[in-house]
Amino acid sequence: MTRRGNTGDVMLLVIMATLPGLAMLTWFFGWGSFINVLWATIVAVSCEAAVLLLRRRPLRHYLTDYSAVLTAVLLGLSLPPLAPWWLTMIATAFAIIVAKHLYGGLGQNPFNPAMIGYALVLIAFPVEMTSWLAPQTLAMTPDQAPGFTDALFSIFPFLSGIVTTAGTEVIDAMTMATPLDAFKHKGMITSEEFWATELIVSTESWKAWQLVSMGYLAGGLYLIYRKVFTWHIPVSMLAAIAILSLMFWSTDPSNYAYPELHLLGGATMLGAFFIATDPVTAATSIRGKLFYGAGIGVLVYLIRNWGSYPDAIAFAVLLMNFVAPLIDHYTQPRTYGHN
Amino acid sequence: MNWQPNKHLHSFHGGIHPPENKSQSTQSAIEKALLPDELVLPIQQHIGQPAKAIVKVGDKVLKGQLIAEPNGYISAAVHAPTSGVISAIEPRALPHPSGLSELSIVIKPDGNDEWGDKTPLTDYQQADKSLLLEHIRNAGITGLGGAGFPTSVKLNPSEDLAINTLILNAAECEPYITADDMLMRERAGEVIHGLHIMAQILQPEKCLIGIEVNKPEAIDALQLAIAESPLRDNITLEPIPVKYPSGGEKQLIEILTGKQVPHGGIPADIGIVCHNVGTAAAVYRAVVEGEPVISRITTVTGDAVSRQGNIEVLLGTPISTLLTHFELQDKKLHRLVMGGPMMGFTLDDANLPAVKATNCILAATRKELPDPAPEQACIRCGMCAEACPATLLPQQLYWFAKSREFDKALSHNLLDCIECGACSYVCPSNIPLVQYYRFAKGEIRIEEHERTAADHARQRFEARTARLEQEEAEKEAKRKARAEAAAKAKQAKESTAHEDAEKESSTADAKAAVIQAALERAKARKAKKAADEAGNQSTSHQPEKAADGLSAVERAKARKAARAAESSTNEEKTTSTPPSALEKAKAKRAAGEATNTEQKDADNMSAVERAKARKAARQAEQAQAEATGDTEKPLSALERAKAKRTQAAETNKETNAEQPMSALERAKAKRASIEKEPSSNDEPTTETKDSADIIKAETATDSPALSALERAKLKRAQTTGDQADETAPAEKPLSALDRAKAKRAATAEKSSATANPAENKADSDASTSPVDTGEPMSALERAKARRVAAKADSSESTSAPAEGAKPANTSAADKPTATMSALERAKAKRALAAKQAAEETASNPTDSDT
Repeated sequence: MTRRGNTGDVMLLVIMATLPGLAMLTWFFGWGSFINVLWATIVAVSCEAAVLLLRRRPLRHYLTDYSAVLTAVLLGLSLPPLAPWWLTMIATAFAIIVAKHLYGGLGQNPFNPAMIGYALVLIAFPVEMTSWLAPQTLAMTPDQAPGFTDALFSIFPFLSGIVTTAGTEVIDAMTMATPLDAFKHKGMITSEEFWATELIVSTESWKAWQLVSMGYLAGGLYLIYRKVFTWHIPVSMLAAIAILSLMFWSTDPSNYAYPELHLLGGATMLGAFFIATDPVTAATSIRGKLFYGAGIGVLVYLIRNWGSYPDAIAFAVLLMNFVAPLIDHYTQPRTYGHN
Repeated sequence: MNWQPNKHLHSFHGGIHPPENKSQSTQSAIEKALLPDELVLPIQQHIGQPAKAIVKVGDKVLKGQLIAEPNGYISAAVHAPTSGVISAIEPRALPHPSGLSELSIVIKPDGNDEWGDKTPLTDYQQADKSLLLEHIRNAGITGLGGAGFPTSVKLNPSEDLAINTLILNAAECEPYITADDMLMRERAGEVIHGLHIMAQILQPEKCLIGIEVNKPEAIDALQLAIAESPLRDNITLEPIPVKYPSGGEKQLIEILTGKQVPHGGIPADIGIVCHNVGTAAAVYRAVVEGEPVISRITTVTGDAVSRQGNIEVLLGTPISTLLTHFELQDKKLHRLVMGGPMMGFTLDDANLPAVKATNCILAATRKELPDPAPEQACIRCGMCAEACPATLLPQQLYWFAKSREFDKALSHNLLDCIECGACSYVCPSNIPLVQYYRFAKGEIRIEEHERTAADHARQRFEARTARLEQEEAEKEAKRKARAEAAAKAKQAKESTAHEDAEKESSTADAKAAVIQAALERAKARKAKKAADEAGNQSTSHQPEKAADGLSAVERAKARKAARAAESSTNEEKTTSTPPSALEKAKAKRAAGEATNTEQKDADNMSAVERAKARKAARQAEQAQAEATGDTEKPLSALERAKAKRTQAAETNKETNAEQPMSALERAKAKRASIEKEPSSNDEPTTETKDSADIIKAETATDSPALSALERAKLKRAQTTGDQADETAPAEKPLSALDRAKAKRAATAEKSSATANPAENKADSDASTSPVDTGEPMSALERAKARRVAAKADSSESTSAPAEGAKPANTSAADKPTATMSALERAKAKRALAAKQAAEETASNPTDSDT
């Protein structure tokens, strides 16, 4: 007797839970992320289908687990809203073909496929990967904000010649670093000076990022409520980041960002609830999950402050993917009757 | 009345809440048993050995009559469920997941349903435990909850386990099943009565009844029954939360007591015994009514039968009969399951019989138990780990089972899986996890079986080799013993004659003693010289060379022997203080002296030569010391005997040196080399010390009170020597050959070890009688001396009684040396290997009698 389940349902639930975050991204940064997600999904499903055909597996059975779609969605959310189409394609195809299927498909991959794809393009195309848009403000008039077509043509420049003549200059002019990125490259100025300089990070930009993070947080909490995953990984990861940043910030507020920036200023929430919780690549026991999450948190903070990347979710998660089997080995729960 | 779980209850990890589906089968009362055309009773309806059929085809049996008796302790009897004729005893398919066949007794009912003799235990309150247990065993009661473990075994935990809690399992947590529920509703009195009897056997401090709160009628009924019971103060009814699998024995124990049954243990290890309510009722029926287990209550349920309910089922009733009775709709039937939907198994054939463990027949429609959805990839979501009542990591176990990494699966405690199916139930990928675990367990069992089979084969081979070697050794020993017996007879005759002569000339002997002593010294010197010669010549003798080359092997053997001797010394220390030990101690000292005089030569000497020289020197020294020590006493026959022997030995040595070695000599050399080993190893380190002691000892021999001081010193020297012995073996790595030889020596050792108790006995016998005290050593001595005598053609040989007389003089002073000499003796004895040991043991008791 079984409770008829479906892994696809779990995946769909997770995909649904990313919608608040995606909505916020779209609201503040235009249609870029939305187009990215769609484009990545198309690429991912195509790649998945191609590999399944090559591996002579039933297409329907495997495609309906929606794991490829989830990978695509997470990649689309992680990449800059106006990342060029080929960037998204490379990241997604690499994630599906190499990081997932070459390891044996769903459940067999030791590394988070989305993060492998992300890390690949982050290292290979650093310029494209650090161009985020300045957020749209409520004060903006509709024609000032980048519209759907603007975003579409920005991502797929070759389309612009066919359909319309709208340029991409507007969007280029509005490119801006994320708050975390900006803070990292603030130079010699102190934190106080940094926050005082509207030019570097606008109040709107910071507010936008906070709301996007809140969107992910909401989705993540919903998944915990639906028991898709337990609270252990997100909480231990966020706690590790919060504690470390609070420690350093309280001792030297001029040089270290305050905890809020670390928690809400980048992809922390997306990472904590949607990336680190990927059960395939995470530690599996309850205690193991705590170690795993905390490990990611610590690595994120270390890389952000002393590494060369402003956001560090991808690398932290991948590094902890390496350690997950070891953690599992040492954190077996006490079986009934064992002392 | 609605019951709430008690607050003080504990909980177990995980668990699930599948749809209960119990109400449909509790609407009507338990129905009366059917009488089918044929009853099929497998002789194995329980865990353990199959029962042994005691009826023949054609026998007429009465209801309740024993038809198969338990075969072994963990086994259960089978009785005829109705009166009729045995129509067949043949293998029939078992209602078991394996689908295997087992011998079954088939009864054709005569329709009279005529009871045989009921054998109730009247006055069971006065009956003692063993009687009750026997009665329960004879009634064929097994765990009726489904496990089928013989109840009398479970009610009889090991004496050293104090049982403080008796738990009655009324949880019945699995969906659909209501057999226990209905039993308690209708026969709560029987259940509580059965509980009494169990409590009378186990004498627990308290009885707990764990029952899920979804059975309010049963709880009410039990409450009433408890209230009427004389044990009411000791019985606690515990309504527990509804959660699968709270009815698992381990889980119920944790819920009720908070304790966990230790891994690999049984509940009795933590003072708990747990029985099913159905079993309790069966105990009542067996003890009070005198009815064995011939029927049980079974739930027939599922949407494929038109009526759902519970029925009293005669064991052996075909399931098809039950299904017909409950109006099975064939078209609707999708899966026929025996047991519940969680842990039950699918039946392919409705003609299988109901057995003692058949608590439920589930005729499920496709909707109820759909075919499993295609398995999807495991994403390690961990839902199974959350559901697992054993706190396992099912997702990991699944990977290990799938990749056949069984050792990893074991280290993740696969064997603690109770196969409850909670993990499979929650798995979103529809993975039949329990099947994977069963597969892994099966593979592990096969591996283990193969390993033990291989071990057995090896053991058999080794045992055979050892046996053949032992037989060879025994044959050899017998041959030796015959030769020995002949020699002894001759010798005994001589010595008696000698003693008689001595008595007459005892006064003259006093004077002669002085002369004799001088003579002894001279001879000793001569003996040493002979030894020297032997040592020098050994290099030119081929046989000696061979012996020398062998000496590595010999050392290995001796080392093994010494080690064995060391361990046996501890035992012997307490049991024997043979006076002859002194002699051996002296031997050692003499050896030291011998080596002292030939320090340089010693290194060149072969092992064999050294040993021989030592023996000769020792004999000389012995005679000398005794002669000087006993100057004031009349020279006894002993002294003369010694001297003679020394002389003989000397002659022997000389002959040795002059002639190429005979076969006899070679054999002796080999034996001697074994004997000498312990001391030869320590020579480089202890030589000087030994000799120093000996010089001192020699000066002391002028005093009449020689021996005490001397012995003390000897003891010290020996201790040093022995210590060196122990360290020596570690210095030389054993070659393959060495090991092989050592192994053989060890085998021989074993056979001699069996003779040890007898030896010890003989030793202690010897210590009580002065005459016998010399025996253990003198037997040994005799063996050697006899060969010497034979060679030298000496008419006078060492006599056992004469030797025995000597220790009598010094027995008081001997005590301190006793332990040490015991050690020495043990070594010597062991080194002489199995033949000698056997020989000694054989000869000693007879000697003691003289």
